[in-house]
Amino acid sequence: MNILVCITHVPDTTSRIAFTNDNTEFDKNGVQFIIGPYDDYALARAVELKEQHGGKITVLNVGEAETEPTIRKALAIGADEAVRVNAFPSDSFFVANQIAAVAKQGEYDLILMGRESIDFNGGMVHGMVGELLGLPSFSPVMQLDVEGTTAKITREIEGGKEKLEVSLPFVAGCQEPIAEWKIPNMRGIMSARTKPLNVVEPTDATVHSQLSKYELPPAKGAVKMIDADNVEELVDLLKNEAKVI
Amino acid sequence: MTTIHSETKLPMATDKASQIQKSSKQDLFEHPDFYLLDDLLSEEHKMVRSAVRDFVKREISPYIESWAEHAYFPYEMVKKFGEIGAFGPQLPEKYGCGGMDYIAYGLIMQEIERGDSGMRSTASVQGSLVMYPIYKFGNEEQRQKYLPKLASGEWLGCFGLTEPDHGSNPSGMTTHFKDMGDHYLLNGAKMWISNAPHADVAVVWAKNEEGRIHGLIVERGMEGFSTPETHGKWSLRASATGELVFDNVKVPKENLLPGKSGLGAPMMCLDSARYGIAWGAIGAAMDCYESARRYTLEREQFGKPIASFQLQQKKLAEMLTEITKAQLLNYRLGQLFNEGKATTAQISMAKRNAVETALNIAREARQMHGGMGITQEYPMMRHMANLESVVTYEGTHDIHLLILGADITGIPAFK
Ligand SMILES: Cc1cc2nc3c(=O)[nH]c(=O)nc-3n(C[C@H](O)[C@H](O)[C@H](O)COP(=O)(O)OP(=O)(O)OC[C@H]3O[C@@H](n4cnc5c(N)ncnc54)[C@H](O)[C@@H]3O)c2cc1C
Repeated sequence: MNILVCITHVPDTTSRIAFTNDNTEFDKNGVQFIIGPYDDYALARAVELKEQHGGKITVLNVGEAETEPTIRKALAIGADEAVRVNAFPSDSFFVANQIAAVAKQGEYDLILMGRESIDFNGGMVHGMVGELLGLPSFSPVMQLDVEGTTAKITREIEGGKEKLEVSLPFVAGCQEPIAEWKIPNMRGIMSARTKPLNVVEPTDATVHSQLSKYELPPAKGAVKMIDADNVEELVDLLKNEAKVI
Repeated sequence: MTTIHSETKLPMATDKASQIQKSSKQDLFEHPDFYLLDDLLSEEHKMVRSAVRDFVKREISPYIESWAEHAYFPYEMVKKFGEIGAFGPQLPEKYGCGGMDYIAYGLIMQEIERGDSGMRSTASVQGSLVMYPIYKFGNEEQRQKYLPKLASGEWLGCFGLTEPDHGSNPSGMTTHFKDMGDHYLLNGAKMWISNAPHADVAVVWAKNEEGRIHGLIVERGMEGFSTPETHGKWSLRASATGELVFDNVKVPKENLLPGKSGLGAPMMCLDSARYGIAWGAIGAAMDCYESARRYTLEREQFGKPIASFQLQQKKLAEMLTEITKAQLLNYRLGQLFNEGKATTAQISMAKRNAVETALNIAREARQMHGGMGITQEYPMMRHMANLESVVTYEGTHDIHLLILGADITGIPAFK
C-alpha cells in the first residue's frame, strides 16, 4: 500500500503565543515546533497500516527549510521518504494545490492528514485536495481499516458516528483515536538520517487570502461571585456587563 | 537483612502489580538551558532527547511513585526500553544497537533518570555493564548470541563485581573458577547486583587459579546458580537488586570473555556507566529544580508567591548555577568520550560532581515544597532516596575523591 501523509509544522501546544511587527507576524522566538497533533495521528495510523499490509509511506510538508527537523521526525517515526514543497504555506487553497500536485505524481492508495492544523485550524485542506484530485474525502476520521481495495472508516458526525465503506483511493482528515501517537525509537532516529528528503519547488497557485493582523483573545477576567439569592444582579451583569443576554 | 532464596527466575509479583496505580498528574517537565547548550546539540540529539522525554512521560511518570511505594520492579519496562532503544544506544547498529555517539547516550540517561534513578539503573546496567563488556571483550559468536537479544529487551542482564566482603576494593574478590578441562567450575557470591533477580544473563567477574580476574557469562538455568532478591531497600525501590550465588556452577568454556583480563576490564565498563550516571543524576536534579521553580511561583504565603522571597530566589539561583555547571562538564566529557580521550579521573569528577549536586538540589527543593514536599505528589523524596544508591554504587563518593587525589598527586591513597 502506498500512503501519502501530509504533515504541518506547528507551534507546540504549550507555546506562549506572541506577535511582532505591529501584530502582523507570529513571534517564533523560543517556540518549539512539532508535527501537528492530528497529523501525528494520521502518521501513526499509516505506520500501523504499513506494518499490516506492507508498502511505502511518503510524508509531505509544504514549508520552508526550517521545517526539516519536523520532517526528519516523521521519517524517524516510520515514513520511508519525504517531500518538502519549498514554499511558505500561505493559505489552505495554496497548500491544497501543492499537495495535489505532488499526489498526482505518485499512485497513492491513501492520502492522510490531520483533520486540521493547530495553528490556523482551517480544516479545509483535505476537502480541497479531494476536489482537486477528483477523489472522495472524509473528515474527521476516527477509525480506518483497509482490506484489499476497500476501507472501513468511522467518521465523527454531529451527535454521533458514521460508519462507511469506501474504495481506495481517497483522502482522509484524521483524529484520535485512529491510532496512538508514536514516539520515534533510537534506531528510527538513526535511520532517518539516510532516508531521502526531496525538496521540490511549488507549482503556481493563487493565494486567496491575505493576512492583515493577528489579535490575541482578551485575557480571562476574574471570577465574580454573586449571592445565590441575588438573581437580579446576575441578570443585570449578564445583560449589561458580559452582554451575553 | 532478610533475603529470600529461589532457584528460578522470580515470577512476576502479581500481587504487587494489582496494587499499582496510575497517577492522573500531568508531567510537564521542561529542562533548564541557561547557557543555551541546546545550540551545541545537533537536530538528532534534540530528537533523541525529546523522544526519550516523551517516552518517560508516557511510560514512567504516571506509575513511578506507585512502583516505588510498592517496591515493584516493572518487568514490562524491559521490553519497552528495548523498543525505544535505551539498551546500548552507543554500540553498533549491526548488533541491534543504536550506533549513536556519547552525547546522545548521555541525553538518554539524563531523560530516563529525570524519570527515576532506578529505571536509569536498569538501562545503564544493561547497556554499559552487560552489553558493553560483551561487545568490547567478547568474541564475535558471543556478540551475535547475546547483543541483539539484550538490545531488544528479550533478555535482561546484570553485572556481578561487588561481593559481600569486597565493595570498594573489588580486587580482593574471592569468587573464583577452576579449569576442569571441558568447562570451568565457578564458586562464590556477589552482592548488591542490580537486575539480578530477573536477569537472564550475568556478566560475572571472578579469579582464575592464578588469581587473575576474568569475565564470565553465566546464564540463568545453569545448575548451582541462584539470584536471591535483596529486600527492604529504601532506595531504588523500582529497581530489583539481588545476590548472585555460584555453587559449583559449570560454565562452558566458550562463555569466558577472551578480550581482556585483570581489574582493568570491569573498570572500563564502569567508566562507561559512570559517564551515564553523570548525565542521569543531573536529570534527577533538573526534575527537582523544575518542581521547586513551579511550586514556589504558585504557592502563596504572606500574600505573595513564596518565589518572591529572597531566600527562595537564592536557592533557585544556586540550583540553576550548579545544574548549568554540571551540564557543561557533562557535555565536554561527552566530547572527550566521542574522541576516545576521556580519562577515569575526568569521569570520576563528573560522576561525583553530578551526584552531589543532585543530592543537594533534591534536599533544598524538598524544603521549598514545605509539607507537600514529603508526599508522592512531588518527586523529591524519591529522587533523594534514590540518589543515596547513586552516590554509593559505581564507586562511592569517597572513592572518586581518592581517584582524583591519586591523579593529582600521583599517590594512590586507597591502597
Ligand atoms: C542499589 C545498589 C545497586 C548496586 N548494583 C551493583 C551492581 O549492579 N553490580 C555491582 O557489582 N555492584 C553493585 N552495587 C554495589 C556498589 O558498587 C557497592 O555498594 C559500592 O562499591 C560500595 O561497596 P560497599 O557497599 O561494600 O561499601 P564499602 O566498600 O564497605 O564502603 C563503606 C564506606 O567506606 C568508605 N571507604 C571504603 N574504602 C575506603 C578508603 N580506602 N578510603 C576512604 N573511605 C573508604 C566508602 O566510601 C564508604 O563510605 C550496588 C549497590 C547498591 C546500593
